[in-house]
Amino acid sequence: MDTTFKHTSVETSTGPVASEPTTLGTDLEQEVGETVGDAFVDDPRMKARNVDVFYADKQAIHNVSLDIGRNEVLSMIGPSGCGKSTFLRSINRMNDTIDICKVTGSITLDGEDIYDRSMDVVSLRARVGMVFQKPNPFPKSIYDNIAYGPRIHGLVERRAELDEVVETSLRKAGLWEEVKDRLDQPATGLSGGQQQRLCIARTIAISPEVILMDEPCSALDPIATARIEELIAELSENYTIAIVTHSMQQAARVSDRTAYFHLGKLIEVGATDKIFTSPDHKLTEDYITGRFG
Amino acid sequence: MQTPTLLTVLVILVLAGYWIGRQRSIQLAQPAGGIRFLRSLPNYYGLMAVVWAGVPAVLVLLLWGAFDSVLVRGMVMAGLPEQFQQLTAERQGLIFNQIGNIARGADPSADPALLAAAEHYKNLLQISVVARSIVLLSIVFAGIGIAYFYIKPEVRAREHFEAVLRTSLLTCSLIAIFTTLGIVMSVLWESIKFFRIIPPTEFLFGLQWSPQIALRADQQGASGAFGAIPLFAGTLLIAAIALIVAVPIGLMSAIYLAEYAKPKVRNTVKPLLEVLAGIPTVVYGFFAALTAAPFIRDVAHWIGNTFGWEVFANASAQSALAAGAVMGIMIIPFISSLADDVITAVPRSLRDGSLAIGATRSETIRKVIFPAALPGIVGSIILAASRAIGETMIVVMAAGLSAKLTANPLDSVTTVTVQIATLLVGDQEFDSPKTMAAFALGLTLFVVTLGLNFIALKVVNKYREQYD
Ligand SMILES: Nc1ncnc2c1ncn2[C@@H]1O[C@H](COP(=O)(O)OP(=O)(O)OP(=O)(O)O)[C@@H](O)[C@H]1O
Ligand SMILES: [Mg+2]
Repeated sequence: MDTTFKHTSVETSTGPVASEPTTLGTDLEQEVGETVGDAFVDDPRMKARNVDVFYADKQAIHNVSLDIGRNEVLSMIGPSGCGKSTFLRSINRMNDTIDICKVTGSITLDGEDIYDRSMDVVSLRARVGMVFQKPNPFPKSIYDNIAYGPRIHGLVERRAELDEVVETSLRKAGLWEEVKDRLDQPATGLSGGQQQRLCIARTIAISPEVILMDEPCSALDPIATARIEELIAELSENYTIAIVTHSMQQAARVSDRTAYFHLGKLIEVGATDKIFTSPDHKLTEDYITGRFG
Repeated sequence: MQTPTLLTVLVILVLAGYWIGRQRSIQLAQPAGGIRFLRSLPNYYGLMAVVWAGVPAVLVLLLWGAFDSVLVRGMVMAGLPEQFQQLTAERQGLIFNQIGNIARGADPSADPALLAAAEHYKNLLQISVVARSIVLLSIVFAGIGIAYFYIKPEVRAREHFEAVLRTSLLTCSLIAIFTTLGIVMSVLWESIKFFRIIPPTEFLFGLQWSPQIALRADQQGASGAFGAIPLFAGTLLIAAIALIVAVPIGLMSAIYLAEYAKPKVRNTVKPLLEVLAGIPTVVYGFFAALTAAPFIRDVAHWIGNTFGWEVFANASAQSALAAGAVMGIMIIPFISSLADDVITAVPRSLRDGSLAIGATRSETIRKVIFPAALPGIVGSIILAASRAIGETMIVVMAAGLSAKLTANPLDSVTTVTVQIATLLVGDQEFDSPKTMAAFALGLTLFVVTLGLNFIALKVVNKYREQYD
């Protein structure tokens, strides 16, 4: 069990690390053990190394190391309270907004340490966008919701350019046809599914490199969910996406790789097919076969 | 029985009624197989008995109190000899007072007719007290008795009780409404009398306010100056200065408290700010008059003398600026406290959404949180404004009493409320235009504030539609 990346230095983390468990010991041994599977990829967009997250004295994330590959969709699954949201929020430093939250270890974006003092958290969040569980449109018009990001980051100079950004973002989010005639109406008047796509469009409008999604479909009906899943598939051509979900079918449908969290630890990572068909770890298997969680 | 004894007995009886109603329902439920076969819990049957016994008794008691003295007085006066019946109403009132004094033994010397009347009066009072006790006790007993026989397992005592409760709640809210209506009516009544003497156009558009002139007997007929414009201008000027001071400071402290301050700081600073609202206005008044006003005058004079600016050099000792600024300090907590509440109430998800796009904290506040909290913020400003418009003490002490039509904050001005107070202070004739002018001012102020509130409500609702 010692053959995992604990010994792999951060610098050499390119190239898949074979974390093949030498001995598949008892459950207990596995539970306290290290991550199994392929936590690292060839061409990572983001790298997390030995990340611990604390809420005051309580540790919510234990020593997690994980890569998010370029233009891949990584899904994170696990029982409620296992720290998926916490980990996701450390990736764009949204945890900074919680006073008692402390993050240690290193997380890099394109090789830059995002917790480094020279990193501007504002521009980091512009590069790593986030979509939340509950749609949270601003109390503004549809147009202003999308234009919000480009305006504060000064991405456009003329109104025509802004119009274009708004239109392309809405088109990419598959919302344009539904709202093009009422761009000046309040976004809060949209349906829940439309609001969530609006929030995705709002995130796309600032052209992030990575999009984080925390259970983006949990408040939506199956049809709206299907739309968002299609959208994720389309977006994955241009963006790196990390998505937290409670639906294993959804993880299986949309993601290339899947990471399984349990009680703040990253238990197993691997190609989605592999995780859902032949997981190596007992806990993963129990979870995906529905024995708990 | 005297009133306290009677009340005690009634309360005891009504409580007994509760117990009887309760026991009766339990007793009736036994053959059926226990209280779960009742339509309502035993308590409600008890409460029903209380209502039936207590409510009529309270009503009768109130009516008795209202008409007792009138009836007794009528009977006493009717019993007086012929010569007294001819007197005017005022004289009769005096006579009746005298009879009362004789009956109490406070006025020994009197003519026999009055002595007899006093005796009659005493008797009547005694009869009234006895009759009252008998009537009330029978009402309570009857109520309990009726409840006792009316209670059956299938009676829905709970619904009965709810209905009674609803009616009494409605009555309470009606009391507030009728009191307001009463105030408005009385003010309206006096104002109409005033407007019979002074035409409304002169009052509303006149530029001269000096009500004293009309009081002088030799000038009767020559109308005093009752143009209210200078008063409203003064009110506006001072309220505007107060808001200019209070709105930025209040809002910024609210934003600091809600968005930046650590919980510990917030929990100390907020109550401290609220203390400002609890200081009596007289204290603000003498602070304004003795500290702020002279300071402002000195500074203005210095500026005026240094730069040769007339306006500053002529600054008066009592100034709108002093009163307005101190009033502004006073109303800061109205804005900061309320605005802090509404800003804190903006859902965290909106903040997160904005921050996650890469907005800074202040961008988030300005562009997302502030618009979302706007209706509440507008509400807090309106509350502060109405407080500023209604404030009297500070203005009396720091801004003076002279009704000047000026926009110069260094000059002394006066406000509507101050004039109302000065018009009514001291001995006044009730039918002089000077006194009635106070009511006209009150009415106008009422209409203006009502209008303001109405507009504000419209604005707030408009935003609400857009943003919720
Ligand atoms: N703001 C916070 N303050 C203190 N503890 C927190 C906070 N947020 C989360 N936690 C704790 O951290 C742990 C992980 O929470 P997290 O929200 O990351 O779980 P999750 O995997 O996203 O769960 P779910 O699937 O229910 O969303 C939990 O034990 C939770 O109680
Ligand atoms: Mg979560």
